[in-house]
Amino acid sequence: MAFPTRDDLIDFVYEEARMLDDGRFDEWLDLWTPDSFYWMPLDYNQQDDRHVTSLLHEDAFMRKLRIERFKGERTFSQKPKTRCHHVLQRPFIDHRDDEKGEYTTHTSFHYVETRLDDQILLAATARHELKLIDGRLKITHKRVDLLNSDAAFGNIQMFL
Amino acid sequence: MSRYASDRRAIEALVRPTEVHRDIYIDEEVFELEMKHLFANTWVFVGHESQTPGKGDYITTEIGTQPVIMVRHTDGEIRVLHNRCPHKGTKIAIDRAGNTGKFFRCPYHAWSFKTDGCLLAIPLRKGYKDTGLEESESVKGMAPVGAVKNYRGFVFARLNAEGPDFEDFFGQSLSSIDNMVDRSPEGRLEVAGPPLRYMHRCNWKMLVENQTDTCHPMVAHESSAGTAIELWEQMEKPEGTKKPMAMEVIAPFMSPYEFFENMGIRTWPNGHGHTGVHHSIHSDYSAIPGYFEQMVAAYGEERARAILGENRHNTVYFPNIMIKGPIQQLRLFKPVAANRTLVESYIYRLVGAPDMLLERTAMYNRLINAPTSMVGHDDLEMYERAQEGLHSDGLEWVNVQRLYAPDENFDEIAVENGTTERQMRNQFHAWTKYMTMTMGGDA
Ligand code: FES
Ligand SMILES: [Fe+2]
Repeated sequence: MAFPTRDDLIDFVYEEARMLDDGRFDEWLDLWTPDSFYWMPLDYNQQDDRHVTSLLHEDAFMRKLRIERFKGERTFSQKPKTRCHHVLQRPFIDHRDDEKGEYTTHTSFHYVETRLDDQILLAATARHELKLIDGRLKITHKRVDLLNSDAAFGNIQMFL
Repeated sequence: MSRYASDRRAIEALVRPTEVHRDIYIDEEVFELEMKHLFANTWVFVGHESQTPGKGDYITTEIGTQPVIMVRHTDGEIRVLHNRCPHKGTKIAIDRAGNTGKFFRCPYHAWSFKTDGCLLAIPLRKGYKDTGLEESESVKGMAPVGAVKNYRGFVFARLNAEGPDFEDFFGQSLSSIDNMVDRSPEGRLEVAGPPLRYMHRCNWKMLVENQTDTCHPMVAHESSAGTAIELWEQMEKPEGTKKPMAMEVIAPFMSPYEFFENMGIRTWPNGHGHTGVHHSIHSDYSAIPGYFEQMVAAYGEERARAILGENRHNTVYFPNIMIKGPIQQLRLFKPVAANRTLVESYIYRLVGAPDMLLERTAMYNRLINAPTSMVGHDDLEMYERAQEGLHSDGLEWVNVQRLYAPDENFDEIAVENGTTERQMRNQFHAWTKYMTMTMGGDA
């Protein structure tokens, strides 16, 4: 990949969501840079990811832990397992800097999570910060804002 | 068919020394009676004063299932009012927080009320001339709750006008709030952001009991805490690498039974109690640079050591909150229905202390108590399985027998083995007391 085209960036975002839907979690973990964060704020417009509560703020270790836990024999909330389903709107390329190899996309999506007879539907927006490293796009930061982030939820078990 | 309404004998029969009847968790009528009696006779947490710092600032919340407004009146004191217009019942405010200025104005017909609830004005008031309005209940305005107490920033209310005195109700259990507040070099806490809101399809008491259930972490949370430890051990890292903050928070959940046995449980009268008398899962957190020095400067070394040496784990304030002094967290278990509970988890900033403490607190809240938490997921799974399982006719009773001793006296403070279910029994003892207190009939 010389410089990623618009399609490359859009395809990346779609492919990331598909990995989660397909349960290809190890591939998914490999999409991230070592010092990257997955952030899901608790509050609309939240700027501080450390000194107020967030829903998720996960570094590489925590993401790996969550994935390994899914696989575990004694992971009771995952017996039976949760499955998820993303429907994405076409991502916008909000920022591109080919010189630095940095790109930002903005994607609206609907997310469905199901387990046993329960199914939840969430509306959300993802902001991906991507970096071109050795010819591959990697995620340095992903922020997911739930439309109703301040609502009372039951379990949300997967990554959106 | 009413099985329980105001029948104190029937209510008393639900609690035996070592077991309680399932109707305590699943029966709608028992739930209604809890709202009418238990949540009206006890001192229930409403909010923290820092949520309403300025005059006219308010929050809306519930005491049991009763909608209330906590507001800072023009005299600077905090009032708690029923959130109901005395005209036709409209809720006066529905946003979770706001500022109303000097008065509330009902959005339906514009009756207005001072921030202590008193009626201020009615448009076109002449329409009530000679109607006897002055003798009505409506003319009194928004009804205040029975009693309010601001204890070191924590606002509690009792719905009933008559009932136990605040100090008598809480007694020495207030030492846990004291310790949390004393951890600020300035002796002051401030709420940090909105709470997590986590809906549980189970009875509120399951959550309260879980706070002192020390035999579940290493079982229910093996998948998160156990896996975390495994991953950390497998990870390639330079010798002596410091555990990250997240590991410090999550790993102690896998501590063995002896750890929990030795930590101890203390119970106080009226259903209050705490785990972690001698040590707790919060004892071994890394020191935060600069904090101890600030504490010594504020309190002197001996007192600073005493404050920080107290590492209580979970303190339950009956009926429905838990606080963690060492990490400045409060969880409010709001009953919604017999099978529905809204859990709100708040965190507080220690005013004058380093921000890194708050960072750890926010991390704890997120990792352990969020709807997205790997630890919370397994707790909720257990509660919801129990709520469903209790409908089985295989057995009608729930066992609370661990380390039971005949003739337990809950009016006495006791310190026992940290795996005892005495605190659960203590809660049920208080449950019966405050359920039946206003039911009439002979005790
Ligand atoms: S209902 Fe409030 S003024 Fe009429
Ligand atoms: Fe738990």
